[in-house]
Amino acid sequence: MRNAFIRQLMESAANDSRIVLVTGDLGFGVLDEFEKRFPRQFLNAGVAEQNMTAVATGMALEGHVVFTYSIGNFPTLRCLEQLRNDTFYHEANVKVVSVGGGFSYGQLGMSHHATEDLSIMRALPGVTVCAPGSAYETSVLVRELIERPGPAYLRLERSAPDFKDSAPPVCEFGKARLLREGRDCTLIASGGVVAEVVAAAEILKLSGVSCRVLSLHTLKPFDVEAVAAAAAETGGIVTIEENTISGGLGGAVAEACLELDSRPRFFRRLGIRDCYISVVGDQDYLRRAAGIDRESIAKSVAGLLP
Amino acid sequence: MVNTNSGPGQPATAATRDLARRIRLHALKMTSRGGTAHIGSVFSMADLIAVLYGSVLRVDPRNPKWPERDRFILSKGHAGAGVYAALAERGFFEIERLEQHYANGSVLSGHVSHKGNPGVELSTGSLGHGLGIGCGMAYAGRLGGKAHRVFVVMSDGECDEGSNWEAIQFAGHHRLGRLTAVVDYNGIQSLKSTEETLGLEPFADKWRAFRWEVREVDGHDHDALVRALDVGADANAAPVCVLARTIKGKGVSFMENSVLWHYRSAKDAELEAALRELGAVR
Repeated sequence: MRNAFIRQLMESAANDSRIVLVTGDLGFGVLDEFEKRFPRQFLNAGVAEQNMTAVATGMALEGHVVFTYSIGNFPTLRCLEQLRNDTFYHEANVKVVSVGGGFSYGQLGMSHHATEDLSIMRALPGVTVCAPGSAYETSVLVRELIERPGPAYLRLERSAPDFKDSAPPVCEFGKARLLREGRDCTLIASGGVVAEVVAAAEILKLSGVSCRVLSLHTLKPFDVEAVAAAAAETGGIVTIEENTISGGLGGAVAEACLELDSRPRFFRRLGIRDCYISVVGDQDYLRRAAGIDRESIAKSVAGLLP
Repeated sequence: MVNTNSGPGQPATAATRDLARRIRLHALKMTSRGGTAHIGSVFSMADLIAVLYGSVLRVDPRNPKWPERDRFILSKGHAGAGVYAALAERGFFEIERLEQHYANGSVLSGHVSHKGNPGVELSTGSLGHGLGIGCGMAYAGRLGGKAHRVFVVMSDGECDEGSNWEAIQFAGHHRLGRLTAVVDYNGIQSLKSTEETLGLEPFADKWRAFRWEVREVDGHDHDALVRALDVGADANAAPVCVLARTIKGKGVSFMENSVLWHYRSAKDAELEAALRELGAVR
């Protein structure tokens, strides 16, 4: 995903001099080519995320399309008030990119687990929130975010997920993407964990369970129709996110279902249950610890079916 | 079209001093009417604002979004009444609008707001936000070969915020010659003096250590301010910090150098006395 992002950004920057990439002193080996090809469109703001965000906002107010780039919680929580008061309130054309969503940097410890960002960013008015599930979705969404003026948050994972993904089905901004059709239940996921969900659907298929799988790569704006349809047309809904279950994808789906009077027969949120993870582990290990790896997802879903 | 009075580098006229007096009068009435705080903070910077809006800033009230305008950011957003007053005096909007300050349903919030108010570049209120955005504006301006300048008025207490030192380091490193920080150094912050709270001294040396040019000036001396604010000719020069020594509450004797008037608004006899001292025609 990270590489897809930078490839797409270079392609776009070559034809659009408004685009600027501002890094918070991260991206060793990843941003070198961008810097070499577009020195006037590259800025290292140093280890200073509050100022990185402020500078990006100032540049955006002067007409640039600015991507801030860092990892984990640094471009979001560290400078949350700059984002809220400056970037979002002033509708500045800043796209905040965090590489390392969820447990991407698992072994580095809890400081590097971005596990509340989806909930927090979703709560703030005036920002588009995207968490693509694959390199393909990343490329599409980067292009979309450049086309659409205004603030955005793009949560990426460091490595590409292990499922081959390309169109069709086409990734459409603001629309849930139907990856698998099914009738027994709908699995809705945001971010790279969607690869685990696709694999879980395959496991369930072996025992005759047919799951619809939606990649909800755009959390805001939120595709209420797809959620309502899932509730009406399939047996139930399970949401999966590499994020706290408080206020993130699961919360958004639950809110939509209740407000639309479109209640699924069963509903569960899989994700991190109101805790910080202190055990050391890589992304796969920590997904298992949180119950959002393919086997755990399949087991949870099987237990919910009538 | 641009400056009402003298140009940059020329002696200030009596007009900027009268503008400062009118800003103080407006702000006094606004905060009194609304029962709002921060009159001491407005009075402290009234001369700075008057010199900026009356003499230094290249702005056009008839075209507030003029692309070549100088950018002005009030980072000490709590003194927004002073900027609203200056903008009204300069004709960005009608003076009557000032009566809506702090009123339910109005656009003139206590901390300065750009929404619905022509001429306000940036909404602020949380301290430590303005300078970094000014850095971005100056950096983008230079990148685009533009000549406009960026002025950020900050409070001294605000310099407790670490975000400011990130921005100060950035501007010094990148030699943002069109960026100017003006510090309203009245020495009093929210509860006590700056020295008792988190001592800023040696303040000028700190800015210099971060590669800024520092100009120390009496923040109530209009001629000195005009000279100090003659900045921004070279986009690649060291950024300038105008360290303006001011008196909190300046202009009304019983408000001067008092923490109380960070919070209190003048009523009744106090209001009458303050109006008299500012030469209001009653």
